[in-house]
Amino acid sequence: MPLHHKTLAELAQGLRDKHFSSVELTQHYLNRIAQWDKTLNSYVTVTPERALQQARQADALRVKNTAGPLCGVPLAQKDIFCTHGVKTSCGSKMLDNFIAPYTATVVEKCQEAGLVMLGKLNMDEFAMGSSNETSFYGPVKNPWDLTRVPGGSSGGSAAGVAARLTPAATGTDTGGSIRQPAALCNLTGLKPTYGRVSRWGMIAFASSLDQAGPITQTAQDAALLLNIMAGFDSKDSTSLDSPVPDYTTTLKDTLQGLRIGLPKEFFATGLDDGVARVIDEAITQYKKLGASVVEISLPTSQLSVPAYYVIAPAECSSNLSRFDGVRFGYRCANPADLLDLYQRSRGEGFGAEVKRRIMIGTYALSAGYYDAYYLKAQKVRRLISGDFKRAFENVDVIMGPTSPTTAFKLGERSEDPITMYLCDIYTIAVNLAGLPGMSIPAGFSQGLPVGLQIIGNYFTEAKLLNVAHRYQQVTDWHKRIPPGFE
Amino acid sequence: MTLDAETVKKIARLARLKIDDQAIAGYSKNLTNILQLVEQMNAVSTDQVEPMAHPLDASQRLREDRVTEVNQREQFQSVAPQVQDGLYLVPKVIE
Repeated sequence: MPLHHKTLAELAQGLRDKHFSSVELTQHYLNRIAQWDKTLNSYVTVTPERALQQARQADALRVKNTAGPLCGVPLAQKDIFCTHGVKTSCGSKMLDNFIAPYTATVVEKCQEAGLVMLGKLNMDEFAMGSSNETSFYGPVKNPWDLTRVPGGSSGGSAAGVAARLTPAATGTDTGGSIRQPAALCNLTGLKPTYGRVSRWGMIAFASSLDQAGPITQTAQDAALLLNIMAGFDSKDSTSLDSPVPDYTTTLKDTLQGLRIGLPKEFFATGLDDGVARVIDEAITQYKKLGASVVEISLPTSQLSVPAYYVIAPAECSSNLSRFDGVRFGYRCANPADLLDLYQRSRGEGFGAEVKRRIMIGTYALSAGYYDAYYLKAQKVRRLISGDFKRAFENVDVIMGPTSPTTAFKLGERSEDPITMYLCDIYTIAVNLAGLPGMSIPAGFSQGLPVGLQIIGNYFTEAKLLNVAHRYQQVTDWHKRIPPGFE
Repeated sequence: MTLDAETVKKIARLARLKIDDQAIAGYSKNLTNILQLVEQMNAVSTDQVEPMAHPLDASQRLREDRVTEVNQREQFQSVAPQVQDGLYLVPKVIE
């Protein structure tokens, strides 16, 4: 089996058994990146010297037998995580010249675990997008069909893992940005409970929604990576101080008696027939594994997209005010005065979608409109959260499609923001409620991957991973590699 | 709610964003569409509902008031567009 067909768990085993060294493994992936990434555009920055240096250190630790479980395994970081001494662009011209002066907690934890960073992955600008087309560095292609999008905003992460240009990646999810690209690229993606993973050093988009998580080939790999990423961080004021279990120990638990809720709103108009068929088959598989299914209702989830497009832009307009052309990032040429410096640096440094969202947020927060928009959206948010609370009184997990369609064509939706926003119709409610959610490969429709979404109650990441792992023990969708990238 | 060209210019000014004149009409159309989407929220009554600011209704954690950071001015200013003698430079503000 070629090295790049292996999962994180298998690569770690190979390193432990001395079948190959971390340097050999890292070089193998660097070669693949050099060979394929001109086609995909999944990396913004490749860091070969740093990677090989980290690989040598990992090999030394293996010799001394002091290595952690994933020591020496390569991984790539979404370019939203600050990485000391490495360009951290967030997919924006605004930060094209930004060499981060400090390291995000997620990156630091990966380094401490001995993971080798191959580079930084492409993404929608400031994580605002569902197709990876808003990146200053150009769109990322979906390895399953190069004329289609990989999803977004973690599009580089998903395309990179799908094409096996890295065995796993980090992502972030504000409205679906881990789960939707995972679905569109046949991967396992997990958005943990809000506050489970530190946001420190993760460039902020909408602070009450943002959460980081793994994008991997399997649920087992996601468990291994979440073991490293999760945990309390005093540097993030919204980090939650609750113990982190070993997510790998419960993967094999039985699903006998598992109660699955299917929200009728997730199977209504707008859902593609091919996607619906694949999801039905996945549910049937779960019944064979001993689960029972009940129909539930999340009535207010219908309003999740409207509420999100107040809350997320409002928080983004506030967060992105720090990009002023003074302390870091892009500065316009020859500013006439201070106002001109602010306005042109921001006007030239941000792309169209980011500017749209800043303006919507500014409007929603401006005098006279706050109650009608921001306060209203926060009340709707409470109702959405209440729907889930009621549902979880009777079910253990909620399932449905991750995305209403499979991967769409590049350019197909980029002209109309609303059609793009509706890509996240099934994922956004989960962020508003702060719940953990996953997407796993469930099959194909007309040759394109379909993702099954699994939503759990607060802090039930272990249960979600268990539910996903058992399915992956009896199916092989997650093992499919895009033709041409084998 | 329709956002006309004047409102778009006003918001852009508030947000400190330079928008080219020929782009105003496009913003006006897109922002109006987004607000129409947003206003679907009015379909549900929320009179008795408490606004939700944090998913777990957690409050801000406080820490002891003591110095935990070391001074890293030089390092942080190394990524600034223009600095001199430890100060950020901007165009002259006071005549």
